[in-house]
Amino acid sequence: MTSQSLDVQTEHLLRDLAPQVLGALLRRFRDFGAAEDAVQEALIAAATQWPREGVPANPHGWLIQVASRRIADHVRSEAARRRREEIVVSLVPPEQQIAMEEKDDTLVLLFMCCHPALSTPSAIALTLRAVGGLRTSEIAAAFLVPEATMAQRISRAKQSIKASGVPFQMPTPEERAQRLGAVLHVLYLIFNEGYTASSGPELNRNDLSSEAIRLTRAVHRILPDDGEVAGLLALMLLTDARRAARTGPAGELIPLDEQDRSRWDRRAIAEGVALVTAALSRGSIGEYQLQAAIAAVHDEAARVEETDWPQILALYGVLMRMSGNPMVRLNHAIAAAMVDGPAAGLELLEALDADERLAGHHRLDAVRAHLLERAGDREGAIAHFRKAAGRTTSLPERNYLLLQAARLSG
Amino acid sequence: MKYILMMNTPGKGPYQVANWPKEDFQAHIAFMMSFSKKLGESGELVGAEGLAGPDQARLVRAGKDGKPVTDGVFPEAKEFLAGYWIVDVESPERAYEIAAEASAAPGPGGAPLNMAIEVRQVMSGPPKDLL
Repeated sequence: MTSQSLDVQTEHLLRDLAPQVLGALLRRFRDFGAAEDAVQEALIAAATQWPREGVPANPHGWLIQVASRRIADHVRSEAARRRREEIVVSLVPPEQQIAMEEKDDTLVLLFMCCHPALSTPSAIALTLRAVGGLRTSEIAAAFLVPEATMAQRISRAKQSIKASGVPFQMPTPEERAQRLGAVLHVLYLIFNEGYTASSGPELNRNDLSSEAIRLTRAVHRILPDDGEVAGLLALMLLTDARRAARTGPAGELIPLDEQDRSRWDRRAIAEGVALVTAALSRGSIGEYQLQAAIAAVHDEAARVEETDWPQILALYGVLMRMSGNPMVRLNHAIAAAMVDGPAAGLELLEALDADERLAGHHRLDAVRAHLLERAGDREGAIAHFRKAAGRTTSLPERNYLLLQAARLSG
Repeated sequence: MKYILMMNTPGKGPYQVANWPKEDFQAHIAFMMSFSKKLGESGELVGAEGLAGPDQARLVRAGKDGKPVTDGVFPEAKEFLAGYWIVDVESPERAYEIAAEASAAPGPGGAPLNMAIEVRQVMSGPPKDLL
């Protein structure tokens, strides 16, 4: 692929410029679909031409010029006769152009791409392309689907935006908090997709995690005082810091308590801890900040035995009051077992058996297996490790769970 | 030409990885990973997927209203598809060679499993002169 000859620095420059160029185009053309296509074509042109001809002196202007020309080409093209009328009509008269700071473009685009009218997979794909500046082929590769499938998903997402009439502007102040929540959720899912890889043999798909961190950083730069934005960025950094220690040489999963902590990224941990400390000290509180605080407690323990479990238990207690998520209650049970012994944890799990959202979920079986082992019930632990292995859809996780069962049987 | 190599494992046959000793299962995982890697490097691998356990498999048919009618689960299934590889190779012989290599994956005690791999050609698009 031609893009491979672009150096990392230029690749990042392109991705940073993508939302700015799209924002500039949207100020002149109302048609989001056409503008987004034109920017994508300009990015592909840059990835092909720049390695050969060098990066132009004004890359931002170059991309705008190429993208604008592409839109003009579409207008002229005989094949696009029907679209011509749409685009000409969509030319926004200068006096009506929205007065908006360019630095807000990224944020407004995120609000558009993560609009509740879109399905989550569509929002993720569109965010990565329109805001992240990734090419369709790269997004397809990251999600292990054919490029044509991803192109179709993106095209449908744009049709939904068009059909719902979402304008290119900031949401009203009343809507804003809720819409920001949707944006953060999409960024969180992109990060997780890269970190845990919901399908397939590779445990880490690093590019998606790095991309999520880069985009969240951009949001944090625009909204430095928002505690949940800072919390999400901190959570990503504190989780990503363990990346190198999380897998063994054969790609096998290494759980937190067995990781070689000298391989954790100290700089990322320091940055994450500083972010979440600052956010919490401003008196704001939210789910991402609490999750980041818990990750920080883990990351600050130089040895697993030094983990401050009472503090983690207390933080999960607060988080449980804020969130109805059964996964939080499951993690709370683990913390309780670490503080008060496995019997206390197992008792809490019994209450979770009744929760329909967790019924048949492998995590419940896996946690029960770990706690049964600690309680000395070897047979019960083996049975639940196997049960969990049969239910997980992650190959590395299945292998890990089967190896736990094998270890106890041996 | 493309071939699909299907690893069908009998429900009660030798592929009961959950009961293998730890070291044997580790050796098996290492073999499968390097096998896929090698196929990727030779440019022959089109795709490979391992399937989740059969205990949650359902048979689905359309009902009268077109809505799904599900049947299952079948914990006692005689045989199930554990996973597959799709390879793009020069000849059917090469596909058989690859299948034989997969078949000899190490099992308990490191002995080759010699499990049956079903090899079938994948249909291609229309020939050029029909386009």
